[in-house]
Amino acid sequence: MVLSPNDKANVKAVWDKAGGNIGAFGGEALDRMFLGFPTTKTYFSHFDLTPGSKDIQAQGKKVADALTLAVNHLDDLPGALSKLSDLHAHKLRVDPVNFKFLSHSLLVTLSSHLGNDFTPSFHASLDKFFSNVSTVLTSKYR
Amino acid sequence: MVHLTDAEKGLVNGLWGKINVDEVGGETLGRLLVVYPWTQRFFDSFGNLSSAAAIMDNPKVKAHGKKVLNSFSDGLKHLDDLKGTFAQLSELHCDKLHVDPENFRLLGNVLVVVLGHHLGAEFTPQAQAAFQKVVAGVANALAHKYH
Repeated sequence: MVLSPNDKANVKAVWDKAGGNIGAFGGEALDRMFLGFPTTKTYFSHFDLTPGSKDIQAQGKKVADALTLAVNHLDDLPGALSKLSDLHAHKLRVDPVNFKFLSHSLLVTLSSHLGNDFTPSFHASLDKFFSNVSTVLTSKYR
Repeated sequence: MVHLTDAEKGLVNGLWGKINVDEVGGETLGRLLVVYPWTQRFFDSFGNLSSAAAIMDNPKVKAHGKKVLNSFSDGLKHLDDLKGTFAQLSELHCDKLHVDPENFRLLGNVLVVVLGHHLGAEFTPQAQAAFQKVVAGVANALAHKYH
């Protein structure tokens, strides 16, 4: 499922609209994920998992920064995310199912904040983008 | 069985009361067909599905979306017996419509995204979590009679 030029333009447009809020959106997506899909908490037993905690906010910013990196390298996601891919494969070993839970939570976060800008076409492009990022991050698992 | 706390039931029913079920139904089905185009396989008779705009404006999509979400709405009144409530629809989706139950999960998640879109900040993480339980329960109930 390849990103078309239109998809790439849509993803960049969403990131522009989100602007400086992307870090906070990352935190909110994690809050949504931990509450909606409690099994995801098993990877964060070292965190304070109270919604909105400093740990979650910091991790949310990390996730958002990585996604921003991806948005700036849409023509070479495997290259740009190679180190993160290694990390997830060899150290973190997060089960692949969880990438869908985070992607969904990111979509809900963006939909609740972007209003009319969250058109069906943007929704589709974002879903594809998150799916591609997930594929890259799990590509070295075995 | 879906296990919602009283607070979660309050959240679900309160927020459901604020939306236009018919409209949200059309939008949810439309977005499913746009975002996951392979789901269009069940709707060859629906006419023009050639672009996002065509899909979202398609009167058959809107009508069917309305039907689907009104059925879901009924489910909300019977959260203690979703399997019983959806037993016949489950048989129908298996034996006549031949729909892979994965599609129920996809639709449920699109509904959650649409609720976030319509309700904005009111669709808190806690509200979303309650709805995730409901959509999972409905999807499981619809898959229950498959064989």
